[in-house]
Formats: sequence, structure tokens, C-alpha cells
Amino acid sequence: MTGANGDADDVARAPWIPGPRRSADDHADLTADPTVAPATDPAAQTPDAAAEADVPDEPDVPQLTHRVLKSLLGAWALSACSAGETRAVEDHLTECAPCAEEALRLRDAVALLHEDRDLDLDPLLRSRVLENCLGRRPARVPVPEWVTPYDAETARLDALLRDIGESEWHAPVRLKWYEDERVTRRKTTVAGVIGHLLAVDGLVTSALGIKDPLGAGVPELSPTERTEAFWSALDRPPNRALRGPWRDQTHTLIRTVSFAGRGVGDLTVTYKDFALPLRDSLLERAFECWVHADDIANAVAYPYAPPSGAHLHGMIDLAARLLPAALAGRRRSGLAAPARHLVAAGAPGRSLHLEVEGAGGGHWYIALDSPAAVGSPDLAVAQVAMDGVEFCQLVAGHISPEEAAAGQDGDREAIRDVLSAAASLSRL
Amino acid sequence: MAMETPPRWDRKMQQRLARGEAAALGEFYDRFASLVHSLAHRVLDDDDAADQVTREVFGYIWENPDDYDPKQGNMRSWVARLTQRQAVHRLRQAEATAYAETGQGSAEELEQKVRRASVAARADYIVTSMPAPLRAALELAYFQRRDYRQTAADLGVTEDEARRRLRLGLQLLSSANTRPLEGSSPPGYGRTL
Repeated sequence: MTGANGDADDVARAPWIPGPRRSADDHADLTADPTVAPATDPAAQTPDAAAEADVPDEPDVPQLTHRVLKSLLGAWALSACSAGETRAVEDHLTECAPCAEEALRLRDAVALLHEDRDLDLDPLLRSRVLENCLGRRPARVPVPEWVTPYDAETARLDALLRDIGESEWHAPVRLKWYEDERVTRRKTTVAGVIGHLLAVDGLVTSALGIKDPLGAGVPELSPTERTEAFWSALDRPPNRALRGPWRDQTHTLIRTVSFAGRGVGDLTVTYKDFALPLRDSLLERAFECWVHADDIANAVAYPYAPPSGAHLHGMIDLAARLLPAALAGRRRSGLAAPARHLVAAGAPGRSLHLEVEGAGGGHWYIALDSPAAVGSPDLAVAQVAMDGVEFCQLVAGHISPEEAAAGQDGDREAIRDVLSAAASLSRL
Repeated sequence: MAMETPPRWDRKMQQRLARGEAAALGEFYDRFASLVHSLAHRVLDDDDAADQVTREVFGYIWENPDDYDPKQGNMRSWVARLTQRQAVHRLRQAEATAYAETGQGSAEELEQKVRRASVAARADYIVTSMPAPLRAALELAYFQRRDYRQTAADLGVTEDEARRRLRLGLQLLSSANTRPLEGSSPPGYGRTL
């Protein structure tokens, strides 16, 4: 930094400095000290100058001390002073070499500022980079394969959250799920959604013995109850401050699972009304993370792609595996047609052929009459063909069974029951 | 977003990487990928090349976490140095290949190009690492075109303070033009990762 030199003594040597970029609004300085007489330049009144089109009125040039002029150099270089001050600084630069030297340097520095280019990293780059690393040096403590969808989806959501502005955390989000045979809605904000994910992921962390985000000694609650408890315990509307705790919890979870050893995938995670082994539970959490990231992306008008094909396949597979039990539950409530043909446990039973198209797709055979039966191509009585993302929208309860654009063939009742059971897998 | 990396985080991360913890690698990527990619992109001006440098830099760090010396600065600056070195190395390679193929260009032009790219990357790094108050003032004045009085009002500081921050921020930034740069070694000599 140039040392503060004497005032106007160092004349000469001052190079001619072209002005900085044009200021956005060349308004006159209205706040200048009125006790200082404006130094009116008679030259400014010449007809020549006045005749120039688009030239703003000559500003009042304030009388400023060297200290103030020097302090203005940064603002000057950024075109962030009044027209009068700009003029005063430029007049000064012709007679003060140290300031002129600094002004040049700062103006060159401004040229180095630039708009951030699109910050969105290709989300697939993450897995490619990590794969490359692990190929070069295998991990001594690997992240289990079945955790990678959760790892990838939380990383994608975090990247989205990093890019959104503070106010966008309060953008309204309408959560949708299928309940009581229709799509149900609930209003919250972007930050509220992160609170929801944090609170429900807490089911998994407490199963692993990690700190529960709802605090110690919380009774067994369903995902919805946990969310309500978390939201109502907040003393003010949630904001971006939730990103840190949410992200830390996801990192801790992944880390704990990778250190926990083999059997941990079979650990039971209870959701109050049902339970899943940890490996499925994290797949379900990955699915929820994507679905809600997509809700957030819609709320703040960001593009957001579906998960990679392999991860999407795992999510669809989980839903397909949960369908027979969901069907049985609906049958007990009288919401699905009675079983037609019961078979011995483990034997092939009457099935619906679910064909999912697109990335992550495949063929699944859903046992219709009992969760104990095994789905079988030979006993398929109906076929449904759907796009993978569309099927996930149905499972998330974002679309109703009637809206699901499915190619259908065969037993109508079976198709209706399976599509409704798929939608019923959703919840807040 | 000039997140200060606490030295404790740096040390723990280094240990976890050294222990071969894949979860640590993921966290490390999440923290630094956008820095690495944007610096590489600033030097190379090409998405694929920036992807490639990102892959190389993370691969190198995963294999050599012990190369980080906390006495030389924080982990973030180490990552930035490695990135810039690797990106400049790639730029030289690409230019040399182009020269061999087309016969166009000269050693001086190459050096000039490398220098410009390095200065730009260094400037980006300075902006992302400068104290948050200075950065916020620069963002208001430059990107949002607020004058310094409006900047002062937006930040809730005096006009004096706003002027001070703008000047100090630019002074820091201008060091990108003067400080000796990593990777501006003589042609043909480039340490690769």
C-alpha cells in the first residue's frame, strides 16, 4: 500500500488516468457539505461544453482534504462516488503522484472482478471424481454401496442450497402427498422443508445412537409427528441457519454407517407405524431428499435433474418391494379388493407386471394377494408401463393414481389397487 | 461466503483423509469442489478441461493428504495452489500441442496467456477468501452498482467505513497483479500432480 505522503506537494509525474467505468446513475451529489462553496468552473459554462448532447450538468466539485480524497480512491475506481466527488478525485490525481499510482492499481483491480459464472457443478462430476480417487487409492474405511444414493442426493441438495440467496430460504413451498384417497397439500418454506428432512433423518440417527435433532428423550414418533414437533419447537420462522445442522447430520450419518461394519445394514429403523432395515431406510431417505429438493428447486425456479439411473432403480425397487404389504394394509381397511387366490408363503402368486421405462427402469412382478407370495411373470394378470420419474412422482404422492399416465393392460381392478397402493406409500 | 476454515477442521480432515476414510473424501469434495472447478475454469476456460483438473486435484490430494502443511496456510489455500498449478500445467500442454499442430503462436504469447490466466485465477481466489465485510462491500458497489453511500446504508456502517472497505478490498485484489504466481515458471517446466 502506498504510504500516505504529504498533501499536494508531489506534483508532476502523475500519469493521466482514464476514468473508471461509467457509473450506473450519474446523479449529482446532494449530500455534499453545503458549507463548502462549490468550485464552479467557468470553463464549464462555455457553449461548447453545453452543446454536447447527453453530457450531464457539470457537477459541483466539493473541496476535499487529501485524506478524504485518498479514502475515496476505492469508491472512485468502482464508479461508486457522486459526480462531484469523481471530479474532485480526478482533479487531484493530476497533481498527486502517490494517489495517481494507487488509483491506477485499484482501477486495474476492478477489471479482475467478474460475475460468477454459472456455479452449478455437474452433479455427476462428484461420483466421477470420487470414483477416480478410490481407483487410485482404495478406501480403508469405504462408504457402503447402499449408502451412496443418500450420499449423492444429500450432496446435490446441499449444492442447490449453497447457491440460493437468503431470501429464497423463505420462498413458499407446497408439500404434497396422498392421504385419504386424495392429494393433500401443506404450505411451508424452503427452510421449513430442510427442517422436515432434518427431523425425519433423526429417526435414522437415533437408531444409530447419534444425537437426535429433536433432543434427548423424545418418544417414538412418526415422521409426520417428528416434523410437527420440530416445526412447533422453533421460536421463529426457520431460515438458512438450518443448512449447517442438516448437512452436519447427513455427514455424521454417512460417517457413522461407514465405520459401523457389516451387519449395520440390517439394523431396524422404526417409523412408529412400520419399520425398515437401515439399508432400505437410507434409500427411502435418499428418495425423500430428492423429492423435497425438487420441491425446493421448483419454488426457487432452479433446474433439478432426477437421480442417476442406478440410484433411481434402487428407489423404484424399494417401492416395488413395499407394494405387497401396502396392498394388504389397504385390503384390511377395505380400500382394495379382497385377495383372490392365496398361496403358501414363498410360493409364486397372482402378480402385476410393472414395467418401468427410462433410466433406472426395469421389470418388477408385484404379488397381488399376499405379501408372503412371490411375484411371478407366469402368474401376471395385468401389466402397467410407466416412466421411472413418473412412477416416483406417484410414489411421492405428487400425482394421483388417476393422473398417472400409465400404459395398462389386463385386470383393471389389480391395476387400480396397485397404483393406489403406490400413492399411499407417500406421506408428509 | 468467505467461510473461515478453522484450523481444527483442516487438521481433522487431513487425518481422516490419511486414514483412508471415504466419507471424509466426500465431505472434502463438498467443501472444495466449486473452488477447484471455478479456478480451473478461470485458467482453462473450458468445462471438460476444468472437470479433468478437478479429477486430478482431488485424486492427488486423496493419494497425498500428508503433503498438506498447516504451517504454510490453511487447507483452502493449499487446495487453491494445487489447482492453479495443475490448471496452468494443462494450459501449457494444450498450448504446446496447438503450437505443434498449427505452428501459430510464440513462447512470449504463451507466457502472456499463462500469466493472464494465473492472475485471473488468483484474483478469484482472493475475492472468495477476503474477509466477508470487504467482499460484501465490493459486491454491492460492483455487482449491484450501489454508490458508496448506498453501500454504507445497506451494510449499516458509516460512509467513512464504506469507503475504507471498498479501498481495502481493491487493494487486496490488486495483489493478484503483483504477487509472484505459482505456476509461472519457465516454459517446459511445470510440476505436475
